[in-house]
Amino acid sequence: MMSDITYSSDEGSLAASRQASAGDYFALLKPRVMSLVLFTGLIGVIVAPGTIHPAMAVIALICIAVGAGASGAMNMWFDADIDAVMERTQQRPIPKGRITPQEALTFGLFLSAASVFTMGLLVNLAAAGLLAFTIFFYVVVYTMWLKRLTVQNIVIGGAAGAFPPVIGWAAVTGGLELPAWTMFLLIFLWTPPHFWALALFRSGDYARADVPMLPVVHGEKSTRRQIVGYSFLMFAASFAPLYFGIGGVAYLAGAALLGAVFLFVAFMLLREREGTYRWAGRLFGFSIFYLFVLFALLPFGPALMQAG
Amino acid sequence: MALTPEDEKRRHGRNRAIALALAAFVILIFVGSVVKMTNGVIPQMDVEIGR
Repeated sequence: MMSDITYSSDEGSLAASRQASAGDYFALLKPRVMSLVLFTGLIGVIVAPGTIHPAMAVIALICIAVGAGASGAMNMWFDADIDAVMERTQQRPIPKGRITPQEALTFGLFLSAASVFTMGLLVNLAAAGLLAFTIFFYVVVYTMWLKRLTVQNIVIGGAAGAFPPVIGWAAVTGGLELPAWTMFLLIFLWTPPHFWALALFRSGDYARADVPMLPVVHGEKSTRRQIVGYSFLMFAASFAPLYFGIGGVAYLAGAALLGAVFLFVAFMLLREREGTYRWAGRLFGFSIFYLFVLFALLPFGPALMQAG
Repeated sequence: MALTPEDEKRRHGRNRAIALALAAFVILIFVGSVVKMTNGVIPQMDVEIGR
Protein backbone atom coordinates (compact mmCIF):
# COMPACT_ATOMS: atom_id res chain seq x y z
CA MET A 1 0.00 0.00 0.00
CA MET A 2 1.63 3.22 -1.13
CA SER A 3 0.64 6.34 0.81
CA ASP A 4 -1.39 9.19 -0.62
CA ILE A 5 1.70 11.29 -1.09
CA THR A 6 2.39 11.22 -4.77
CA TYR A 7 5.84 10.70 -6.11
CA SER A 8 6.00 12.44 -9.43
CA SER A 9 7.01 9.73 -11.86
CA ASP A 10 7.16 12.25 -14.70
CA GLU A 11 9.65 14.35 -12.84
CA GLY A 12 11.48 11.20 -11.78
CA SER A 13 11.82 9.76 -15.23
CA LEU A 14 12.81 13.11 -16.69
CA ALA A 15 15.56 13.58 -14.17
CA ALA A 16 16.48 9.89 -14.36
CA SER A 17 17.46 10.42 -17.97
CA ARG A 18 20.67 11.73 -16.42
CA GLN A 19 23.11 8.88 -16.12
CA ALA A 20 23.28 7.36 -12.67
CA SER A 21 26.79 6.88 -11.33
CA ALA A 22 28.16 3.80 -9.58
CA GLY A 23 28.01 5.89 -6.40
CA ASP A 24 24.26 6.30 -6.81
CA TYR A 25 23.83 2.53 -6.91
CA PHE A 26 26.13 2.17 -3.92
CA ALA A 27 23.95 4.68 -2.03
CA LEU A 28 20.94 2.41 -2.71
CA LEU A 29 22.64 -0.22 -0.56
CA LYS A 30 22.46 2.04 2.54
CA PRO A 31 26.19 1.62 3.28
CA ARG A 32 25.99 2.90 6.87
CA VAL A 33 23.33 0.36 7.81
CA MET A 34 25.29 -2.25 5.89
CA SER A 35 28.42 -1.58 7.98
CA LEU A 36 26.55 -2.30 11.24
CA VAL A 37 24.98 -5.43 9.74
CA LEU A 38 28.35 -6.62 8.47
CA PHE A 39 29.99 -6.00 11.82
CA THR A 40 27.37 -7.83 13.89
CA GLY A 41 27.41 -10.67 11.33
CA LEU A 42 31.19 -10.91 11.72
CA ILE A 43 30.85 -11.16 15.50
CA GLY A 44 28.26 -13.92 15.01
CA VAL A 45 30.83 -15.84 12.95
CA ILE A 46 33.59 -15.29 15.52
CA VAL A 47 31.68 -16.29 18.65
CA ALA A 48 29.94 -19.33 17.13
CA PRO A 49 31.32 -22.65 18.34
CA GLY A 50 33.11 -24.67 15.67
CA THR A 51 35.32 -23.79 12.77
CA ILE A 52 34.83 -22.39 9.31
CA HIS A 53 37.32 -22.02 6.47
CA PRO A 54 38.38 -18.32 6.34
CA ALA A 55 37.34 -18.11 2.66
CA MET A 56 33.88 -19.40 3.58
CA ALA A 57 33.63 -16.88 6.42
CA VAL A 58 34.47 -14.07 3.98
CA ILE A 59 31.90 -15.39 1.49
CA ALA A 60 29.23 -15.62 4.21
CA LEU A 61 29.92 -12.04 5.31
CA ILE A 62 29.82 -10.76 1.72
CA CYS A 63 26.45 -12.51 1.28
CA ILE A 64 25.13 -10.94 4.50
CA ALA A 65 26.33 -7.49 3.41
CA VAL A 66 24.95 -7.81 -0.12
CA GLY A 67 21.64 -9.19 1.19
CA ALA A 68 21.35 -6.21 3.56
CA GLY A 69 22.17 -3.85 0.70
CA ALA A 70 19.55 -5.49 -1.50
CA SER A 71 16.96 -4.95 1.25
CA GLY A 72 17.95 -1.28 1.38
CA ALA A 73 17.52 -0.91 -2.39
CA MET A 74 14.06 -2.47 -2.29
CA ASN A 75 13.15 -0.30 0.71
CA MET A 76 14.08 2.77 -1.35
CA TRP A 77 12.03 1.45 -4.26
CA PHE A 78 8.88 1.14 -2.17
CA ASP A 79 9.43 4.26 -0.09
CA ALA A 80 10.29 6.55 -3.01
CA ASP A 81 7.16 8.61 -2.34
CA ILE A 82 7.86 9.26 1.33
CA ASP A 83 11.62 9.68 0.82
CA ALA A 84 10.81 12.57 -1.52
CA VAL A 85 9.01 14.54 1.21
CA MET A 86 11.32 13.75 4.14
CA GLU A 87 14.26 16.10 4.59
CA ARG A 88 16.49 13.27 5.87
CA THR A 89 15.98 11.18 2.73
CA GLN A 90 15.47 13.76 -0.02
CA GLN A 91 19.03 13.37 -1.24
CA ARG A 92 18.65 9.65 -1.95
CA PRO A 93 19.14 8.63 -5.60
CA ILE A 94 15.45 7.96 -6.38
CA PRO A 95 13.99 11.24 -5.02
CA LYS A 96 16.86 13.03 -6.74
CA GLY A 97 15.74 11.39 -9.97
CA ARG A 98 19.08 9.74 -10.69
CA ILE A 99 17.69 6.20 -10.50
CA THR A 100 14.12 5.16 -11.25
CA PRO A 101 12.18 3.06 -8.69
CA GLN A 102 12.04 0.22 -11.22
CA GLU A 103 15.83 0.21 -11.58
CA ALA A 104 16.19 0.10 -7.80
CA LEU A 105 13.74 -2.82 -7.58
CA THR A 106 15.54 -4.79 -10.28
CA PHE A 107 18.89 -4.09 -8.63
CA GLY A 108 17.55 -5.19 -5.23
CA LEU A 109 15.91 -8.36 -6.52
CA PHE A 110 19.04 -9.38 -8.42
CA LEU A 111 21.31 -8.84 -5.41
CA SER A 112 18.87 -10.67 -3.11
CA ALA A 113 18.81 -13.72 -5.36
CA ALA A 114 22.57 -13.65 -5.85
CA SER A 115 23.32 -13.36 -2.11
CA VAL A 116 20.86 -16.06 -1.02
CA PHE A 117 21.84 -18.56 -3.73
CA THR A 118 25.55 -18.00 -3.16
CA MET A 119 25.10 -18.49 0.59
CA GLY A 120 23.09 -21.68 -0.03
CA LEU A 121 25.50 -23.14 -2.58
CA LEU A 122 28.76 -22.31 -0.87
CA VAL A 123 28.06 -21.95 2.86
CA ASN A 124 24.97 -23.78 4.10
CA LEU A 125 21.20 -23.87 3.84
CA ALA A 126 20.48 -22.65 7.39
CA ALA A 127 22.36 -19.40 6.79
CA ALA A 128 20.84 -19.01 3.31
CA GLY A 129 17.31 -19.65 4.59
CA LEU A 130 17.67 -17.12 7.39
CA LEU A 131 19.20 -14.56 5.01
CA ALA A 132 16.23 -14.98 2.65
CA PHE A 133 13.82 -14.64 5.57
CA THR A 134 15.61 -11.49 6.77
CA ILE A 135 15.31 -9.85 3.35
CA PHE A 136 11.64 -10.85 3.16
CA PHE A 137 11.00 -9.55 6.68
CA TYR A 138 12.63 -6.17 6.05
CA VAL A 139 11.09 -5.57 2.63
CA VAL A 140 7.64 -7.12 2.91
CA VAL A 141 6.80 -7.25 6.62
CA TYR A 142 8.46 -3.97 7.69
CA THR A 143 8.63 -1.72 4.61
CA MET A 144 5.50 -2.73 2.72
CA TRP A 145 3.23 -3.68 5.60
CA LEU A 146 4.05 -2.34 9.07
CA LYS A 147 5.88 0.93 8.43
CA ARG A 148 2.81 2.83 7.25
CA LEU A 149 0.30 0.84 9.29
CA THR A 150 1.23 0.78 12.96
CA VAL A 151 3.05 2.74 15.60
CA GLN A 152 4.83 -0.51 16.49
CA ASN A 153 6.50 -0.50 13.05
CA ILE A 154 10.09 -0.28 14.19
CA VAL A 155 9.58 -2.50 17.24
CA ILE A 156 8.54 -5.47 15.10
CA GLY A 157 10.50 -4.40 12.01
CA GLY A 158 13.62 -4.05 14.14
CA ALA A 159 13.88 -7.84 14.10
CA ALA A 160 15.22 -7.58 10.54
CA GLY A 161 18.30 -5.74 11.77
CA ALA A 162 18.76 -8.25 14.59
CA PHE A 163 19.13 -11.35 12.40
CA PRO A 164 22.68 -10.80 10.99
CA PRO A 165 24.64 -12.17 13.99
CA VAL A 166 22.39 -15.25 13.93
CA ILE A 167 23.10 -15.67 10.19
CA GLY A 168 26.82 -15.38 10.91
CA TRP A 169 26.48 -17.98 13.66
CA ALA A 170 24.50 -20.30 11.34
CA ALA A 171 27.21 -19.98 8.68
CA VAL A 172 29.60 -21.67 11.13
CA THR A 173 27.40 -24.20 12.91
CA GLY A 174 24.80 -24.92 10.24
CA GLY A 175 22.10 -24.47 12.89
CA LEU A 176 20.13 -21.79 14.72
CA GLU A 177 21.08 -22.64 18.30
CA LEU A 178 19.69 -20.73 21.29
CA PRO A 179 22.87 -18.80 22.30
CA ALA A 180 22.85 -16.98 18.95
CA TRP A 181 19.43 -15.58 19.76
CA THR A 182 20.79 -13.67 22.76
CA MET A 183 22.61 -11.42 20.26
CA PHE A 184 19.35 -11.13 18.32
CA LEU A 185 17.55 -10.07 21.50
CA LEU A 186 20.10 -7.38 22.29
CA ILE A 187 19.77 -5.70 18.86
CA PHE A 188 15.99 -6.21 18.87
CA LEU A 189 15.59 -4.32 22.16
CA TRP A 190 18.22 -1.73 21.20
CA THR A 191 16.33 -0.72 18.04
CA PRO A 192 13.32 1.11 19.61
CA PRO A 193 15.36 3.54 21.77
CA HIS A 194 17.80 4.06 18.90
CA PHE A 195 15.11 4.77 16.31
CA TRP A 196 12.72 6.71 18.52
CA ALA A 197 15.55 9.03 19.59
CA LEU A 198 15.96 9.86 15.91
CA ALA A 199 12.19 10.05 15.39
CA LEU A 200 11.90 12.61 18.21
CA PHE A 201 13.95 15.23 16.44
CA ARG A 202 12.69 14.18 13.01
CA SER A 203 9.01 13.90 13.93
CA GLY A 204 8.07 16.73 11.54
CA ASP A 205 9.58 14.71 8.71
CA TYR A 206 7.57 11.61 9.63
CA ALA A 207 4.37 13.62 10.10
CA ARG A 208 4.78 15.17 6.63
CA ALA A 209 5.28 11.71 5.16
CA ASP A 210 2.28 10.32 7.06
CA VAL A 211 4.38 7.62 8.71
CA PRO A 212 2.88 6.64 12.11
CA MET A 213 6.03 6.93 14.19
CA LEU A 214 5.53 6.96 17.96
CA PRO A 215 6.21 10.71 18.54
CA VAL A 216 3.79 11.61 15.74
CA VAL A 217 0.96 9.38 17.01
CA HIS A 218 1.34 9.34 20.81
CA GLY A 219 3.43 12.46 21.33
CA GLU A 220 6.84 13.19 22.78
CA LYS A 221 6.12 12.35 26.41
CA SER A 222 4.96 8.82 25.67
CA THR A 223 7.92 8.30 23.31
CA ARG A 224 10.42 9.43 25.94
CA ARG A 225 8.84 7.10 28.53
CA GLN A 226 8.93 4.15 26.14
CA ILE A 227 12.56 4.88 25.28
CA VAL A 228 13.43 4.53 28.97
CA GLY A 229 11.37 1.32 29.25
CA TYR A 230 13.06 -0.33 26.29
CA SER A 231 16.46 0.87 27.49
CA PHE A 232 15.91 -1.04 30.74
CA LEU A 233 14.90 -4.18 28.84
CA MET A 234 17.93 -3.81 26.57
CA PHE A 235 20.22 -3.34 29.57
CA ALA A 236 18.92 -6.57 31.12
CA ALA A 237 19.14 -8.46 27.81
CA SER A 238 22.73 -7.34 27.30
CA PHE A 239 23.84 -9.81 29.99
CA ALA A 240 22.10 -12.80 28.36
CA PRO A 241 25.04 -13.82 26.11
CA LEU A 242 27.19 -14.35 29.24
CA TYR A 243 24.80 -17.03 30.44
CA PHE A 244 25.59 -19.07 27.33
CA GLY A 245 29.34 -18.64 27.57
CA ILE A 246 29.57 -15.81 25.04
CA GLY A 247 31.67 -12.88 26.24
CA GLY A 248 33.98 -12.57 29.23
CA VAL A 249 34.96 -10.06 31.88
CA ALA A 250 35.56 -7.29 29.33
CA TYR A 251 32.07 -7.77 27.94
CA LEU A 252 30.52 -7.86 31.41
CA ALA A 253 32.28 -4.60 32.34
CA GLY A 254 31.32 -3.01 29.00
CA ALA A 255 27.69 -4.09 29.26
CA ALA A 256 27.45 -2.74 32.83
CA LEU A 257 29.29 0.53 32.21
CA LEU A 258 27.95 1.43 28.78
CA GLY A 259 24.50 0.21 29.77
CA ALA A 260 24.57 2.54 32.77
CA VAL A 261 25.54 5.46 30.51
CA PHE A 262 22.79 4.47 28.07
CA LEU A 263 20.23 4.52 30.90
CA PHE A 264 21.56 7.85 32.17
CA VAL A 265 21.20 9.46 28.73
CA ALA A 266 17.71 7.94 28.37
CA PHE A 267 16.73 9.40 31.77
CA MET A 268 18.07 12.82 30.84
CA LEU A 269 16.02 12.59 27.65
CA LEU A 270 12.95 11.82 29.75
CA ARG A 271 13.56 14.91 31.91
CA GLU A 272 14.23 17.15 28.93
CA ARG A 273 11.66 19.84 28.15
CA GLU A 274 9.31 19.04 25.26
CA GLY A 275 10.45 20.57 22.02
CA THR A 276 14.15 20.33 22.91
CA TYR A 277 16.16 17.46 21.52
CA ARG A 278 19.70 17.78 22.81
CA TRP A 279 19.55 14.49 24.72
CA ALA A 280 17.64 12.78 21.90
CA GLY A 281 20.54 13.58 19.58
CA ARG A 282 23.01 12.36 22.19
CA LEU A 283 21.11 9.12 22.74
CA PHE A 284 20.94 8.46 19.00
CA GLY A 285 24.70 8.95 18.62
CA PHE A 286 25.59 7.04 21.78
CA SER A 287 23.32 4.10 20.88
CA ILE A 288 25.42 3.44 17.74
CA PHE A 289 28.64 3.60 19.75
CA TYR A 290 27.10 1.33 22.41
CA LEU A 291 26.17 -1.43 19.99
CA PHE A 292 29.51 -1.33 18.16
CA VAL A 293 31.55 -1.50 21.36
CA LEU A 294 29.41 -4.17 23.01
CA PHE A 295 29.61 -6.44 19.97
CA ALA A 296 33.33 -5.74 19.65
CA LEU A 297 33.79 -6.99 23.24
CA LEU A 298 31.79 -10.21 22.76
CA PRO A 299 34.63 -12.34 21.34
CA PHE A 300 37.00 -11.58 24.21
CA GLY A 301 37.18 -14.32 26.77
CA PRO A 302 37.66 -16.16 28.91
CA ALA A 303 33.97 -16.96 29.17
CA LEU A 304 32.45 -16.35 32.59
CA MET A 305 30.07 -19.28 32.31
CA GLN A 306 30.27 -22.65 30.61
CA ALA A 307 28.66 -22.75 27.19
CA GLY A 308 25.56 -24.89 26.84
CA MET B 1 19.82 11.86 -27.46
CA ALA B 2 23.53 12.55 -27.16
CA LEU B 3 25.03 12.28 -23.73
CA THR B 4 26.75 15.22 -22.13
CA PRO B 5 30.46 14.72 -21.29
CA GLU B 6 29.51 14.49 -17.61
CA ASP B 7 26.88 11.83 -18.30
CA GLU B 8 29.34 9.97 -20.50
CA LYS B 9 31.81 9.91 -17.62
CA ARG B 10 29.16 8.62 -15.20
CA ARG B 11 28.17 5.91 -17.66
CA HIS B 12 31.77 4.74 -18.07
CA GLY B 13 32.23 4.67 -14.31
CA ARG B 14 29.03 2.71 -13.81
CA ASN B 15 29.90 0.19 -16.53
CA ARG B 16 33.34 -0.33 -15.02
CA ALA B 17 31.74 -0.89 -11.59
CA ILE B 18 29.31 -3.46 -13.05
CA ALA B 19 32.16 -5.31 -14.78
CA LEU B 20 34.23 -5.35 -11.59
CA ALA B 21 31.25 -6.52 -9.49
CA LEU B 22 30.52 -9.37 -11.91
CA ALA B 23 34.20 -10.36 -11.97
CA ALA B 24 34.25 -10.34 -8.16
CA PHE B 25 31.11 -12.51 -8.11
CA VAL B 26 32.73 -15.06 -10.45
CA ILE B 27 35.91 -15.11 -8.35
CA LEU B 28 33.80 -15.56 -5.21
CA ILE B 29 31.95 -18.56 -6.65
CA PHE B 30 35.22 -20.02 -7.99
CA VAL B 31 37.11 -19.68 -4.69
CA GLY B 32 34.15 -21.02 -2.72
CA SER B 33 33.81 -24.02 -5.01
CA VAL B 34 37.54 -24.79 -4.79
CA VAL B 35 37.43 -24.62 -0.98
CA LYS B 36 34.38 -26.88 -0.86
CA MET B 37 36.00 -29.40 -3.21
CA THR B 38 39.27 -29.45 -1.27
CA ASN B 39 37.15 -30.20 1.79
CA GLY B 40 35.79 -33.24 -0.02
CA VAL B 41 32.45 -31.85 -1.15
CA ILE B 42 32.40 -32.95 -4.77
CA PRO B 43 29.17 -32.23 -6.67
CA GLN B 44 27.70 -35.45 -8.07
CA MET B 45 24.68 -36.21 -10.17
CA ASP B 46 22.09 -38.40 -8.47
CA VAL B 47 20.51 -39.61 -11.66
CA GLU B 48 21.80 -41.46 -14.65
CA ILE B 49 21.68 -39.48 -17.82
CA GLY B 50 21.47 -40.81 -21.36
CA ARG B 51 19.29 -43.86 -20.98
